[in-house]
Order: sequence, then structure tokens, then C-alpha cells
Amino acid sequence: MSTQRPTPAVQLARFNVSPARRRKDRIARGLILAATVLALIPLALIVYYLLHKGLSTWSVNFFTTDPTGNTFFGSSNIGGIKSAILGTIEIVALASVISIPIGIGVAVWLVEYGRSSWFANTVRFFVDVLTGVPSILFGLFIYIVLIVGTGSSYAGYKGSLALSLLMLPVVIRSAEVVLLLIPGALRESALALGAPRWRVIFSIVLPTALPGMVTGVLLAVARAAGETAPLLFTAASTHETNFNLGQFMNSLPVQIYSDVTSPTTAVVNRAWGAALTLVVMILLLNLIARLIARRSRLA
Amino acid sequence: MTSDGSTLKTADVEPDDRAEVGWHETGQAPSTEPSQTKPQPAASPASASTAPAKQGLSVRLQGLKAFYGSSEQVKGVDLDFHANEVTAIIGPSGCGKSTMVRCINRMHEEIPGAHAEGRVLLDELDVYDSAVDVVAVRRAIGMVFQKPNPFPTMSIFDNVASGLRLSSRGRGDLHGKVETALRGAGLWDEVSDRLSEPGAGLSGGQQQRLCIARSLAVDPEVILMDEPCSALDPIATLKIEELIAELKQRVTIVIVTHNMQQAARVADRTAFMLSGKLVEVGPTEDIFTKPSDSRTEEYVTGKFG
Repeated sequence: MSTQRPTPAVQLARFNVSPARRRKDRIARGLILAATVLALIPLALIVYYLLHKGLSTWSVNFFTTDPTGNTFFGSSNIGGIKSAILGTIEIVALASVISIPIGIGVAVWLVEYGRSSWFANTVRFFVDVLTGVPSILFGLFIYIVLIVGTGSSYAGYKGSLALSLLMLPVVIRSAEVVLLLIPGALRESALALGAPRWRVIFSIVLPTALPGMVTGVLLAVARAAGETAPLLFTAASTHETNFNLGQFMNSLPVQIYSDVTSPTTAVVNRAWGAALTLVVMILLLNLIARLIARRSRLA
Repeated sequence: MTSDGSTLKTADVEPDDRAEVGWHETGQAPSTEPSQTKPQPAASPASASTAPAKQGLSVRLQGLKAFYGSSEQVKGVDLDFHANEVTAIIGPSGCGKSTMVRCINRMHEEIPGAHAEGRVLLDELDVYDSAVDVVAVRRAIGMVFQKPNPFPTMSIFDNVASGLRLSSRGRGDLHGKVETALRGAGLWDEVSDRLSEPGAGLSGGQQQRLCIARSLAVDPEVILMDEPCSALDPIATLKIEELIAELKQRVTIVIVTHNMQQAARVADRTAFMLSGKLVEVGPTEDIFTKPSDSRTEEYVTGKFG
């Protein structure tokens, strides 16, 4: 056998990686790695600054007292961010209650019924357009319709409505992508068992899609929780903790916005603390939702 | 039988009730009433002589055509599937055998742009009649697919129970029904101690038998199998084939297969299809030993396909 082969040296040399290709490979890998590191730098800096500046402001008082509004003198008690935390939770919760069911409903319709009909494609187009609309426009829209239009005042629920408009396209698009990933064979086998279509959707398609949908919904919630612009002239802001969504309502982004522009150092630091709080809240929400999604997979 | 058929056709009955009443009686009727008393023209001498505890129903295709958009994939097939027999459908890829079988339980129309023409008679009932509830048809005609596809979010137990639950029949002795179905699919002894584990954790052959158990649980009269063993190894295939031989006591079986040996092993009758048309149908032995059409002979002897 071995005598039939050409000399081993010739044979093996053919399989060696050429120096030129080795060089190209190294350069390409280096570039990709550099891009990754470059993208990580701002992320790491943000986390570092948030922790560095924000953690020092955290105290029990910081979370349990409302802002006082006395921000002109460094010596005065500026208070904490209790009303902002609770306001953000209330406003975003209502916005989620509005936009998540509607958004998932639209996605289910698009995937299971509309498919590629002209109406479904029209809906997809406008949902995409909606995704690109600057967030302040949603605030303006609610301001014109519900505040100027009705001649009434700012209110928490109006902020929720503005945020739900902002969340809707994100929820629809992410849920649609996940629903499209569910194999058609699953739907077919359920239909072939004699299940009505709505049962197939509720009992097979949605549970299978749940973990993926949670991710998309969380993206939307996180985006809404961090928005300032739609709240500025819909929910406005106030100092007091408020559980009535018909009243003015404070929120973390608006609190951060007004604190950061203050000339008083303590108030600017409170903005850092509030920003860190917002990030931690979203992180916690993420963890909780993932745990629930994982557990319910085999309920 | 006709009165049962009309129960099923009554459009103004609430679907779930109709399915329960209609199919329950349709399933029982043949055991008390021999098939020769029915006005059935020269259809099934074989089915009349089978066991008295017969539960399967015959299926008859009349001028069945199936379309994807405007392209005709099944071009007018007339074919009888006798009750409580195994009928194999063989033919080269793309000849329309799967499409034809999917027309029987009206799964073909689930594909966007697809539709079927002609008649599919389940016993006496035209499943394409406008008054017939497609959901009830699929409860009577179960289906097992090429790739085992247990529901990934469900346990073994829930997979088998899913057909009952999804059609709002999950009440009563669910555990008993699940056990019966698993025993019927020859899977009970292998899984009885781990019913709460995910169905997707089973081996391929077990998953396919789980899918068979899932379709048995809703107590169908006919089971369609679309190449059920093509993703399985020979031992798992053998188990499914043994199962098919047992199941035909209770149901009518239509099996699409690429594997001619499989058709020879399991089928009472075999139909050969080519480019959307039925070439020949007859007792399996005849199709493989003395086919009347030269194209059948060429195919079964391996000259093409």
C-alpha cells in the first residue's frame, strides 16, 4: 500500500495551510475581535459609571422618601425617589397590560390567519413604520388627542397610553418572529387530532412560543420603562407618591431628566442613583420573567 | 348509518356536542350492523368477513383531485380503503401519495392556496360536504406524520391526553384513556413509570409510538400514516409494523410508504400511484407478484423510482 503512494513530503505539503491564508485568517479574526471589544467598551463604562456614581447615593432613605423639591441649596434635604419608582412601575404596568395582549393578538393573527394576504402585509408595513417613529411623537399624539383635545390635564394613564403605543410594534414584531419559528408540523399534528384552530393556538402554539415571547415582551417593557419623552407632557411629574393613575405621576426617567439639569451636586447624584435603580429594576424583571418562562415550559 | 350521518351533518348543533354524539354512534354502529346490509355497491367482500368487533370505517375516494394553487398534484383518483384493512400507497417521490392521503382528513386545505375537488366518503359521509365540521372529520380520521412530533411543552401523559383535552373531551377517566392508548401503541410498559417526563425525551421510535398513542386516544375509526417509519431505525420500524398489524383490528389504516418491503409486510392491499394518478390497486400479493400494469411491475421490481 505505502509503496504506491508518492513520497510523503509531496503528499503532505499539499495539505499545509499557505502562509498567505494563515495571515488573512489572523487579520480577519483580529478585526472581528476588535469590533467586539469596541462594542463592549461603552457598555462596560456605562455599567462602571452607574455603579460608581449611583451606588454611593443608595440608602434606605433614598428608596423610602419622595423628592422634596428643595433643590436650590446644597444643605437642604432633597429627598429620595420613592414616587418615581412607584410611578414608573404603575405607568409601565398599565402600558404593558394594554400593549402585550393586543400586540400578541396582532402577531397571532398575522402568523396564523393573515399570513401573506395584502391586509397582513399592510399591517406589517405600518407596524414597521411605527417601530421607527421617534418616541416623542407618541407623547405628542397623546398630548394633542387626550390633553389638548379633551381640554383635560396630565395624568398617569395618559403616559401609559403613550408608552403602550411605543411598545406595541416591538411586541408585535418580536412575537411574530417567535411564532414563525414554531414548526408547522406541531400545528398540523394538533389539527389532525381534531383540535379546533383556537385550541391549537392557545394550547400548543402559544405555550411553545412562550419563552421566546417573554424575551420580546421584556425588550418592549425595558424600552418603555426607560423612555422620558412620551411621559414629559402626558404624565408630567410630581413629587408625591401617587396611586391614582388619573393624577400627575412621577417616573424614574422624568426624575432623572429633571435632576440631571439641576445645578446642585446632590441632585445630579440622585439622578445617577435613580438611573442605577432603573437598570436594576429591569434586570430583576428580566430574571423573574425568565424563571417563570422556564418553569412554565413543563407545567 | 344514514341517521348517524345526518346527525353529523346537522350544522346548527354546537360542534363539540355534535362530534361526541355523531362519532360515538358512528363508531358503534358497524359492530351491530353487518356491512352487506348497507347500500354499498360491490365494495368490500373482505371487510364483511373480518372480525365481528369491527370498529374501522371504510374510506372511498371518488374523482379526488388536489391542487396547490393552480397546479394539480392529484389528478382524479378513485380508490377504496376497506374497513379494518391496511392499505399501502406506494409510488415514486412527488407522485402525490402524501397529498392524496392528506385530503382524506382535510389536512390538505391547511396549506395556503391548496384545495381539493371530488368526494371523500367516510363510510357514507362525504367529508367535504359543506355541513360537515372539519374538526369532527379529523377526530374520526387520525394521522401519524413522517417525523415524530410530540408536543415539546408537554409530558408523555399530556401528549397522549392532548387530543382529548384539545377537543374538550378531557373529562372522565382521562388516566384510563391515556393508559389504554399507550397500551394500544405498545408503549405502556416502557413509559408507565415516567409519564410526567417530557415526551421529547423519548427515542425516535418511542416518540413515533407516542404519536400513534396520541391519535389512538381520541378513538378514531381511520388512521392515516404518512411514511411513519422513514425517520426510524429498523428495530423501531419493526415495532411500528407489528403495531399496525394489531391496530387494524380496531381501525382502518392507510399507510404511505417509500419502502416496498414495508408495504409487502404490513398491507392487505396496495395501491400504486404515478404522477398524481392511481395506476393499480389490489391485494398486496398480486401487486408484487403479478401486477396487471407494466409500470407497476417496473416500479416494484426496482426498474425506476
